Amino acid sequence: MSLLEIKDLHVDFKTHEGEVHAVTNLNFSIEAGDALAIVGESGCGKTQTMMAVMSLLAENGVARGKALFKGEDLLQMNVADLNKRRGKEIAMIFQDPMTSLNPYLRIEKQMVEVVMHHQGLNKSEARAHAIEMLRAVRIPDPELRIRQYPHEYSGGMRQRVMVAMGLICQPDLLIADEPTTALDVTVQAQISQLMSELRAQSNTAIILITHDLGVVAGLCDRVLVMYAGEAVECGSVEQIFYQPKHPYTRGLLQSVPRLDQPGDAGMEAIPGNPPSLLSLPEGCRFRERCPQAHDACSEAPPMQLDEHSHAWRCFLNDGDQ
Amino acid sequence: MNTRPTKDRVLRVQDLAVHFKVREGLLFNAKTHTLRAVNGVSFELNAGETLGIVGESGCGKSTLARAILGLIKPDRGRVLWLGEDLGKLDEETLRKKREDMQIVFQDPLAALNPRMTVRDIIAEPLWTFYPRIARVQVDERVRGMMKMVGLLPSHVNRYPHEFSGGQCQRIGIARALVLNPKLVVCDEPVSALDVSIQAQIVSLLKDLQKKLNLALVFIAHDLSVVKHISDRVMVMYLGRTMEISTKKALYKRPLHPYTKALIKAAPVPDPKLARKASETGLTGDMPSPLDPPPGCVFHTRCPYVVKRCELEVPALRRMENGDWVACHCAEDLDLTIGKSST
Repeated sequence: MSLLEIKDLHVDFKTHEGEVHAVTNLNFSIEAGDALAIVGESGCGKTQTMMAVMSLLAENGVARGKALFKGEDLLQMNVADLNKRRGKEIAMIFQDPMTSLNPYLRIEKQMVEVVMHHQGLNKSEARAHAIEMLRAVRIPDPELRIRQYPHEYSGGMRQRVMVAMGLICQPDLLIADEPTTALDVTVQAQISQLMSELRAQSNTAIILITHDLGVVAGLCDRVLVMYAGEAVECGSVEQIFYQPKHPYTRGLLQSVPRLDQPGDAGMEAIPGNPPSLLSLPEGCRFRERCPQAHDACSEAPPMQLDEHSHAWRCFLNDGDQ
Repeated sequence: MNTRPTKDRVLRVQDLAVHFKVREGLLFNAKTHTLRAVNGVSFELNAGETLGIVGESGCGKSTLARAILGLIKPDRGRVLWLGEDLGKLDEETLRKKREDMQIVFQDPLAALNPRMTVRDIIAEPLWTFYPRIARVQVDERVRGMMKMVGLLPSHVNRYPHEFSGGQCQRIGIARALVLNPKLVVCDEPVSALDVSIQAQIVSLLKDLQKKLNLALVFIAHDLSVVKHISDRVMVMYLGRTMEISTKKALYKRPLHPYTKALIKAAPVPDPKLARKASETGLTGDMPSPLDPPPGCVFHTRCPYVVKRCELEVPALRRMENGDWVACHCAEDLDLTIGKSST
């Protein structure tokens, strides 16, 4: 049994202009201890997928399908049961560390609250545990620092606090939504390294949501590429980086600026913009921007699967490139 | 700073410093500190050239951008625009000079007035500088600009919220270029955009620069984006210049340990290489700009630190190849990328 299995997930939002199809017919799974990246441009549905899993969708949002966590469907669960899992078995780190910490409360209060609620420790035990977590994410002088407010921390340290809070109950699954996007490169590198170390120590499975394939390579085992609400390719990092099959994945890879290659390699743009989710085109959703589009693409392409469980949604095959 | 004839030189920045007064504490305990956001920065820029400015948040790069355009008064030093000291001009003359110097901001949506149509946004600089210009002429110019930056002229009556982030940045670029400026300062123009859209905007800027012979200052927090557009790159740390090098030299053999750390911290989009990559060598956070370390500001995080770095501020000096560096040990260090020294 997979740790988390998403089956036929649809997420729709009712708006004044009509129904927005944020996620269409999504299927994937992640095993205990694995690291999966969900990659795509803004509006491709990567965040809403995870919001649906956590039952954190906005009020006008509806999720259909199944999200089986250890065999139980999170989408059918009542709030009390969900709350026993959220924060304890599944934790989430958000993109902007400043807006996800409460500016009025000391770091201590915010961390201790979680531990006391989920693990039934008393305050001083919880506090000791929180200090230990801060030390694990390399906050200097954690005994002093824990008494401070979020604004007294730098951006990178706030995000490290978020990682510490996410991991404090030793969850089975950590969902990290663009955890490094708002940070400087040197701090990004520190946070990525921290996450992969902590993953190795605690066997926590990670779902990393990002628009930048560059940060995925070092941290994840598998990659799911989404476009306009659909999965367009899914495979191991090696398959995605070395043998990408979908033109969109290739486009994403070519748009990453490269420092590891001489000259002006990389940074080739994918022309155009993703389609509006209000009125999705018939057939292949990437057709408008695809350099290899042909007549057949006016029909919706099927998901192809090879023997190495590399899946892609395109009529093209290896030989057609 | 380079060998081209001085007549191309449009901008010369000399020992520029911008300080802010910061109050800490309440009432009687209040203390005023001086934050040296930009502390003695010098560089030169020619027509048609791009200078990339790179550094982590808080290094003073945005303050520098504003000081160049005269939006903040410097506490020390000069900005010479076509040989004229901007600090000596009165408000009105400075305002007129700005026709030649424009800026593109980081957050494309926040930089556009949500209650103005694209037409009004792009036309505003024209109305400001040529209040008597004919409406037909404005309209023609606006449509021409939209076409030039890759927007559909038929969208001229739309509002910013109807566009995506990348398209909003195109509007911001059209607004900056509508007056035919000679210098455009881009303050992190792509940081808020998706990687795939970043590439679009960078190549647009590159094309426009060539077409219009613009002098471009391109600010970013990340060396990889800058690589694709710059002729020379300046690296800043805590308000000071660490290195100014030609692009070719900087990415191959940086002169300053901080530059090397930035290059090594860039994520590698290749699973095998990424797993092999060692640590970045940079630990900890940037020290508070309110209380920068004495001596070389980078010495607290530098893997090559020696005693002298703690005592003496290294001056920005010219190396044999013509590039500039502020490091005591620059001659002794071989920081060639790919050679593992740390």
